[in-house]
Amino acid sequence: MDRVPILSLGDVLLVSIQVDLQDESVVALQEDLAERIVDSGASGVVIDISAVEIVDSFIGRMFATIASLSKVLDAETVVVGMRPAVAITLVELGLSLQGVRTALDLERGLAALRRRRAERELRPAEDPDGSDEAVEAVETPAATGD
Amino acid sequence: MPKPVDELPITTGDDVVRVRQAVRARAGAAQLSLVDQTKLITAASELARNTLVHGGSGVARVETVERQGRRGVKAVFTDHGPGIVDVEKALTDGYTTGTGLGLGLGGSRRLVDEFVLETAVGEGTTVTVIKWTR
Repeated sequence: MDRVPILSLGDVLLVSIQVDLQDESVVALQEDLAERIVDSGASGVVIDISAVEIVDSFIGRMFATIASLSKVLDAETVVVGMRPAVAITLVELGLSLQGVRTALDLERGLAALRRRRAERELRPAEDPDGSDEAVEAVETPAATGD
Repeated sequence: MPKPVDELPITTGDDVVRVRQAVRARAGAAQLSLVDQTKLITAASELARNTLVHGGSGVARVETVERQGRRGVKAVFTDHGPGIVDVEKALTDGYTTGTGLGLGLGGSRRLVDEFVLETAVGEGTTVTVIKWTR
């Protein structure tokens, strides 16, 4: 079974799917990602599927699962790079990918996550006790003096 | 000359991937458009998974076919599982006996040009799909 590598990019986790995924790898990726989000405290997940030739109902469901999973763990997921033929096929298959945020490419996906983070930091009042956000909004300077 | 028919066992998740690859090779050689290739491979992926999950195991046969000057790719999925009791229901979007989304059968029917489902309770299920060049 191929395990999909998860890369760290600032406070974003990047998953670039480069292999023809079998179902077991899909399930493993969900579990690996949940663990990595918690361990790293990442605020966002980008899943790059620009190399993926087909998305069937099982893989499509993975995107939805990862999206809700990351939301529960206080991170946002963006699926980027979907090929036009894949999009057409998904819609015809009947998968709407509800709740899954998408962007055309990696750059736009990262920008969407940055915007989301900025919005969150700007609106601490939304939270009844906004103390968490207030603390988060302060950029902690690196402690080491190099 | 390539083999006239690719015959692939479906007993593991890796086999489902191999079925996708065999269908992709045939669809490319038959010069289906990229969108049609993608639709056929996706349908084959759903059906191969059905063979594994619902049929227990089975076999896929993939071949290039020709009719009235048009080329196409045919894929046949056969299992000797429990069969389908209510075919109408099984083809309805959202209906599932497993843990899936229930899009496999109905969804893959929409993705291909021809779709034939033969099933007998207690004996098994055979699904035949064809996608033609335009």
